[in-house]
Amino acid sequence: MRARVLVRPKAGILDPQGQAVERALPALGFEGVRNVHVGRLIELDVEDPARLPEMCERLLTNPLIEDYEIEQ
Amino acid sequence: MSNSTYSLDERHRQLGLTDDEYARILDRLGRAPNDVELAMLSLMWSEHCGYKHSRRLLRRLPKEGRHVLMGPGENAGAVDVGGGIAVAFKVESHNHPSAVEPFQGAATGVGGILRDVFAVGARPVAVLDSLRFGEPSSSQRSRYLLDQAVAGIGHYGNSIGVPTVGGEIYFESSYEQNCLVNAMCLGLAPHARLIRSAAAGAGNVVVLLGALTGRDGIGGASVLASAELGEGDEAKRPSVQIGDPFTEKKLLECCLELLDRELLVSLQDLGAAGLTSAASEMASGGGVGLTIDLCQIPLREADMEPFEIMVSESQERMLCVARPECVGALLDVCERWEVLATTIGRVTDSGRLQVLHRGNVVADIPVSVLIDDCPLYDLQPVPPSSDLYGGPEAVLSGDESPADTLLALLGSANLASRRPVFEQYDPIVQSRTVRRPDEADAAVLTLPDGSAIAVSIDGNGRRVACDPRLGAAEAVYECSANLACVGAEPLGLTNCLNFGNPEKPHVAWQLTEAVEGLARACEAFGIPVVGGNVSLYNEAPTGPIFPTPVVGMVGKLPSAARAGQMGFAREGDTIALVGPFEPSLVGSELAKLRGQAPVGELPAADAAALRVVHEAIRARVRAGAFRSAHDIAEGGVAVALAECCVAGGLGASVRLPHGLDPFGEAPGRAFIVSGPAEGLTGFVVIGEVGGEVLRIEDLLELAVCDLREARDSGLAEWV
Amino acid sequence: MKFGIVRFPGSCDDIDALQAASRVGDAVLLWHADHDLQGVDAVIVPGGFSYGDYLRAGAIARFAPVMVEVEEFARAGGLVLGICNGFQVLCEAHLLPGALLANVSLKFVFRQVELEVVRGAGPFTGACEAGERLSIPVKHTTGRFYAPDPELDRLEASGQVLLRYAPGQNPNGSLRDIAGVCNESRNVFGLMPHPEHAVDPLGGSVDGVKIFESMRAHVEQHVLA
Repeated sequence: MRARVLVRPKAGILDPQGQAVERALPALGFEGVRNVHVGRLIELDVEDPARLPEMCERLLTNPLIEDYEIEQ
Repeated sequence: MSNSTYSLDERHRQLGLTDDEYARILDRLGRAPNDVELAMLSLMWSEHCGYKHSRRLLRRLPKEGRHVLMGPGENAGAVDVGGGIAVAFKVESHNHPSAVEPFQGAATGVGGILRDVFAVGARPVAVLDSLRFGEPSSSQRSRYLLDQAVAGIGHYGNSIGVPTVGGEIYFESSYEQNCLVNAMCLGLAPHARLIRSAAAGAGNVVVLLGALTGRDGIGGASVLASAELGEGDEAKRPSVQIGDPFTEKKLLECCLELLDRELLVSLQDLGAAGLTSAASEMASGGGVGLTIDLCQIPLREADMEPFEIMVSESQERMLCVARPECVGALLDVCERWEVLATTIGRVTDSGRLQVLHRGNVVADIPVSVLIDDCPLYDLQPVPPSSDLYGGPEAVLSGDESPADTLLALLGSANLASRRPVFEQYDPIVQSRTVRRPDEADAAVLTLPDGSAIAVSIDGNGRRVACDPRLGAAEAVYECSANLACVGAEPLGLTNCLNFGNPEKPHVAWQLTEAVEGLARACEAFGIPVVGGNVSLYNEAPTGPIFPTPVVGMVGKLPSAARAGQMGFAREGDTIALVGPFEPSLVGSELAKLRGQAPVGELPAADAAALRVVHEAIRARVRAGAFRSAHDIAEGGVAVALAECCVAGGLGASVRLPHGLDPFGEAPGRAFIVSGPAEGLTGFVVIGEVGGEVLRIEDLLELAVCDLREARDSGLAEWV
Repeated sequence: MKFGIVRFPGSCDDIDALQAASRVGDAVLLWHADHDLQGVDAVIVPGGFSYGDYLRAGAIARFAPVMVEVEEFARAGGLVLGICNGFQVLCEAHLLPGALLANVSLKFVFRQVELEVVRGAGPFTGACEAGERLSIPVKHTTGRFYAPDPELDRLEASGQVLLRYAPGQNPNGSLRDIAGVCNESRNVFGLMPHPEHAVDPLGGSVDGVKIFESMRAHVEQHVLA
């Protein structure tokens, strides 16, 4: 089955990429945008979805600096 | 020919072939080409691959020299640097792709020129880039292109572990619609490892190495490079290639090991027109034929049609020929480096390029039709009857004080510090670099025996617009001057000719004059042209770009430890002005700031006399007679002095020769050198190093920290 | 004294580290796919872009076959030096605390920077004095050192911060200007600056030699004696 892992920078850690995007939007005429964070999407076909959390902990994310969310 | 012959098949026009060219194909092939063949021919006969408007002209360039090991026509040129080592080098453009997608366009430009260098068996050891954009102060688009192109060059070069050691950037509104991204690479090889691309040996195996083949850049060459950019560029986006430096790093190491183990008969990289041009050129070079089975080619997308596979410009691929008994060992090496290697065909003695797909012959063309029958056109040069470019908006009125003028020049986009750019590049990986950007006029890299090679890249389109013949020659003089400042003797030259639409007589004239100027300067200095590139059709509805021949020059110096450097080094050192220096404001940076068009006569040059001066500078640098040497280029002697002060962190007190315009220019003609007085005998002494101020008597006095600040701030807001 | 420099696909400064280490002892390359440290006295995990920096810098390299032996070697007290990408690999492998994040500028930065030696003792900075300045280049996109505040307090209190960027010299936003940290047992050290690029008088600074010399001195005193 097809799974999606959304990887986000942990709250509280400086996210300059998110800040750069947040700064760039008003310049293009998009107002009222705040709290932008940039993460990563990993998509995969898995036979055993029960192993996804372990995959996330061991390779797909660095738990010190990232949070993740699994969508199936 | 009746109309009915064309109405059946007007696809040739969509693919960029003229009716006459199509008729020529019918004649040489003896029949109509099928779809796959038409696609292949349209690319091989495009301007980008076929050099239709430039090949005859390029024969004018001198290519002989006693150090030359490989001349034009191979993937890269190569010269001998002693100790059994060859330096291979070349410059190539990636202009049109960079205008559409600057990050990937610039990145794959670097990737492509790297492949050209390791395709001849040399390990890439340095990259330089020559860039042109519109004015950053007024064009957000140009700021975007600059930002992304620099990021792309850094991304590819840094990731693959080849240092970016030098380069140049100019900003002119002339390049607003047509940016230029020229990438130069040089590499080192033991003589025995140099290899040519000519396929040989009927029965030998053709192997494809590297990345999977996808739809990157399909139609790229003919759609993008052989036509002027106009509206609707969005639709061209799918044609741009995506680069992967990690894959290329593995491919590079793999290829060098294959060559060290002598497992290859020939090697060719896949660039513009992908498999079609690689196979055609390999076959043509060896006077043989090739048979290719498309079903063997590993694809990224399963449903690719035969013509797509043949013209795909997917990056990071090489084609090689090996004897059958070597294929096993070849595959082992590739497996170790995690490089995909697939046997896709054979060398034959048919003289034809035959392409199979699912057991059927889908293309069968004599190699001579693909390569030799490509039409070559004579240019129809006519000098322009009026000024083509006009003047930019004036930033200075001419009433400014000399001090304010100097500060304005130092802070201008063309002269300001490039630190915000070169700090995005790694200049030291591979541990050969002994002169980093901003330390000297040329990059210097050590060789194993303690000698060194030096390299510089230069070209000033504004001055070439004033006078294409002399302006192009100046690029050669300037490169030679840059090399002299570090103590290097020129060994060879590569060039990229960036021009507008050659079918327009005034552009044809610019191109013809520029090539003549390059040729004469190279002949006078005894520097062979070992290879290069041409990029034409750099034109927008508003007109052509400044004619921009870019010259990359490589030289050698006997002692890395004695390489020259630019900044004033010691209080009390004597400063001298050396050279037959008769500058003028025509074509100068100051003229540009004052809103003047690139029109007028450039200062004349006595090439033979210049050569003597360069040799004298070189000799004294090698002897350690100078503590600094810097050539006088854009901005004139005042800017050159300021640059020496800022680089060394020391002021100076000088008096210029009477009547010398402090901001007048004559690139490649003159030098500012400093050192102990006994090292400068015979030169015109103009002053002394010392203090914290640049004082030019009766002209200006500025603190070195103010000079530095003006220079540092120029580009910083845009990058 | 024999150094082993690990070579992953994509390592760039491996030969540079090999050449630098060769000035101080013998040096060999350790191929990523081989479970073999060739009996070296110290392991160097070099700079570059192993595995293209895919997923996260160092995330894939840490699982290379040779890393099994490197981790064993480290747990047994062997010296392991991680430079730039090597530092990233060792953090991902949990041989060092913290993580490296994207530079605050979001751009690659090359710069000759001044470092301050925080602790002039131990196998990596024993040849330096506390407070000494070292001029060493940095070149990276992902060099901002991060650890949660309590962890940073702990690292500083236990003297595991060995190098800091001198005031005004922090090129990437590393917290507390940290340029290099070691593990609790002090046998594993990671730093973002490149000491192997500060060993040649022709290139400018030779301050990087001290790190390699510290390692040799330690091995000669404690291992080979």
